[in-house]
Amino acid sequence: MSLEIDGIGIAFGGIKAVDDVSFTAKPGEVTSIIGPNGAGKTTLFNLVSGVYTASAGRVRIDGQDVTGLPAHALARRGMARTFQNLQVFPQMSALDNVMTGCHMQEKSNLLADLLGLGSARRETQKSRASAMAALARAGLAELAHRPASEMSYGQLKRLEIARALVTGCTILLLDEPAAGCNAVETREVDDLIHAIAAEGKTVVLIEHDMRMVMRISSHIVVLDQGRKIAEGGPEEIRQNPHVIAAYLGAHGAAEAEAAAHA
Amino acid sequence: MAGQGTTTDAAPADTGRHAYLKNGEARRPRIGPGLRTFLIFAVLVGLGALIFPSSYFYRVGTLVWINTLAVTGIVVLLGYVGLVSLGHAGFFAIGAYATAILPSYGIPSPLAMLAGVGMAGGLALIVGRPILKLSGYYLAIATLGLGMLIWMVLSKEAWLTGGPDGMVVSGMNARNLFKLVGLKLKSAEAWYWVAGFAAATGAAIAVNLARSPSGRALRAIHDSDVAARSLGVDVARAKSRAFVISAIYAAVAGALLALANGYITPETGGFMHSVEMVTMAVLGGATSVFGALVGALILTALPQVLTVFADYEHMVLGGIMVVTMIAMRRGLVPFIADLWNRRKS
Repeated sequence: MSLEIDGIGIAFGGIKAVDDVSFTAKPGEVTSIIGPNGAGKTTLFNLVSGVYTASAGRVRIDGQDVTGLPAHALARRGMARTFQNLQVFPQMSALDNVMTGCHMQEKSNLLADLLGLGSARRETQKSRASAMAALARAGLAELAHRPASEMSYGQLKRLEIARALVTGCTILLLDEPAAGCNAVETREVDDLIHAIAAEGKTVVLIEHDMRMVMRISSHIVVLDQGRKIAEGGPEEIRQNPHVIAAYLGAHGAAEAEAAAHA
Repeated sequence: MAGQGTTTDAAPADTGRHAYLKNGEARRPRIGPGLRTFLIFAVLVGLGALIFPSSYFYRVGTLVWINTLAVTGIVVLLGYVGLVSLGHAGFFAIGAYATAILPSYGIPSPLAMLAGVGMAGGLALIVGRPILKLSGYYLAIATLGLGMLIWMVLSKEAWLTGGPDGMVVSGMNARNLFKLVGLKLKSAEAWYWVAGFAAATGAAIAVNLARSPSGRALRAIHDSDVAARSLGVDVARAKSRAFVISAIYAAVAGALLALANGYITPETGGFMHSVEMVTMAVLGGATSVFGALVGALILTALPQVLTVFADYEHMVLGGIMVVTMIAMRRGLVPFIADLWNRRKS
């Protein structure tokens, strides 16, 4: 499903953290949001996913207005996300974390859950199977029974991806999925995101790793101080003088260049 | 408080589950976690009956199981979801007073009990929605206010509740239940078995809940509200459900206490009783139904033992609590379970 952001904005105490940002993320593509720290990227995600309520603009999923819906209602319409500042469930095992992502597919009622009836146990079995598959996909199968509190930052980032995937989402918002990952892990995350988009899901990505962004994005939106300063394909963005001035700088441009020739 | 633990739910049972999962799916136990918890509790109830020398012990034992039941409700609310209530004695008292008052209007005790439980659950449902928008100590204070209101009604409306002096509870005696199946028990013994059965059932239900889809959603809220929402969990609804469930636990426990003691006072609904319930949960380990049992056992039985030291009773109790919280913040049961796991691995 396509995700359409139309003139969205929010102000905190008079400061416009996000101001009149519009773009459309299409199914089967990776749309990346880049920009310097404090540009409003994560705030934008929080607006889109219902954590904050936008003070201006609309969000549409396949043309349907979903502005102002609470987060859980957006999840039910197929939106899932990961968090920059990790929001895993540290008291649970990796497996239980991902199983929680199956919540919307679980069809047991409270009474059956309290009495431990067969229906509740069958739902749990089903969730366990799909959670194991998602963990395997994120390269975490061997860590399924490890408490989340004992996993590394990079592993937790991938755990969040697995948990989001298992919801059966059609729109996936990823907030710095490669942060804290080493080069090998980054490559794995890269491949995973590529595969997710190839399934026809709409992927929106916030990422600082320019090599990764240039490699997997079909479309890039550049934010600076809450405003969109550029938008286009990787090639266009790489050569855009505004983007180089505001964000990429000499170093970033060189990295992006390196990625282009890699 | 207990909101910061790092283990999941019923600690000992949980480690068992992980053990079999680690060894592959082949070694799955034949019985479910709920039933297993019930059986462990049943064995403990039976053990008590084996060693108790007098009716006095049965009476204390009955209190332990009734408190365990009430505290299991706190475990669901505080341990699973991370919500602090300082007003649960109010729900406890509603169960108790309904069971005491309604029979004098011609309603049989079992129905009176049900009505009390229904009232407590209904009140939790109505009050829960606005109150549960709060969190942390704001919620604690709001629930404290709720408990105070209930306590005030109970102590002021003397025409109905007997006022501060309390009231006699007439009606059902558990002995008659056992007579039906041809068992002749003393009244204290009969109530002990009934209370033990209730606590075991309550524990099994709480363990079932923790392992179920609804329970995972509750535990998710405990760890990250935002993440739970992003996965489609209706957080307001889930919190409300947990609040109602825990109120029902308290009300059933209250009704049982009224019947077993044959007498109740407004103090069952007092602030100190609310604090006591939360303290039991935190001391034993609020993430586990076994924590509820251990906390209830210590704080119910120890004062009985300490009466020998009369003047020092509260000092010793307070000291134990302070030391426990400093040395094992997550409570006794999770602490011991951790030690055990570390020794094994």
